Amino acid sequence: MGLSNKKTIIMFSGELDKAMAGFIIANGAAAMGDDVTMFFTFWGLNILRKPENVPVKKSFLEGMFGWMMPRGAVKLGLSKMNFGGMGAVMMKKIMNDKRVNTLPELIESAKALGVKFIACTMSMDVMGIREEELMDGLEFAGVATYLGEADEAGVNLFI
Amino acid sequence: MAEYEINARGLQCPGPIVQLFNQSKKAQAGDIIKIEVTDQGFKKDVQAWCKKTGCDLVDLKEENNVIYATIKKN
Repeated sequence: MGLSNKKTIIMFSGELDKAMAGFIIANGAAAMGDDVTMFFTFWGLNILRKPENVPVKKSFLEGMFGWMMPRGAVKLGLSKMNFGGMGAVMMKKIMNDKRVNTLPELIESAKALGVKFIACTMSMDVMGIREEELMDGLEFAGVATYLGEADEAGVNLFI
Repeated sequence: MAEYEINARGLQCPGPIVQLFNQSKKAQAGDIIKIEVTDQGFKKDVQAWCKKTGCDLVDLKEENNVIYATIKKN
């Protein structure tokens, strides 16, 4: 049939709306029976951070970076109309009223459906994010791994 | 042949197809899955889902904004 049953999604952004779009597509594709690989790089790594403070050794700059960036899926803001976080709070309320799955629920669902999560080690290094600070069940790799997966995929998205 | 029923009312996209997929994984070929959905996108989505997964869409109807789909696993 020649059609690929694989999808790859690059999660570059660390905002709630974009992360939700990526995870809704990932869940949908997995529910269509596809193999899905999500590659998390730069701001997208923040989606995977554990909500608690994990004590790890960091340089001063890495520490500042880690402190300024959102710690996990619950803390993300909106890419538009965030208004210092109020926008995200309102959006979450609307989504809750309309019974849209929360981002943490979508992440859990994607995991349960077998979606593969790869964290980009180069951007982890740049941003001073350590493996212990990210959620369990990830693979750690670089661009070649992503490209190897993308070559087999029929759809590749950059979000 | 077993028959399964899913109540996916109130769930938003992609909830209904995720539920459908999870049920179809447990089902055998020839089994019937009936699902009720209020997300209006599901009318189109269930057709795309059946085409992709090779299932038959035996019946699709809508009453009072609820979509009723009957799917046969192949």
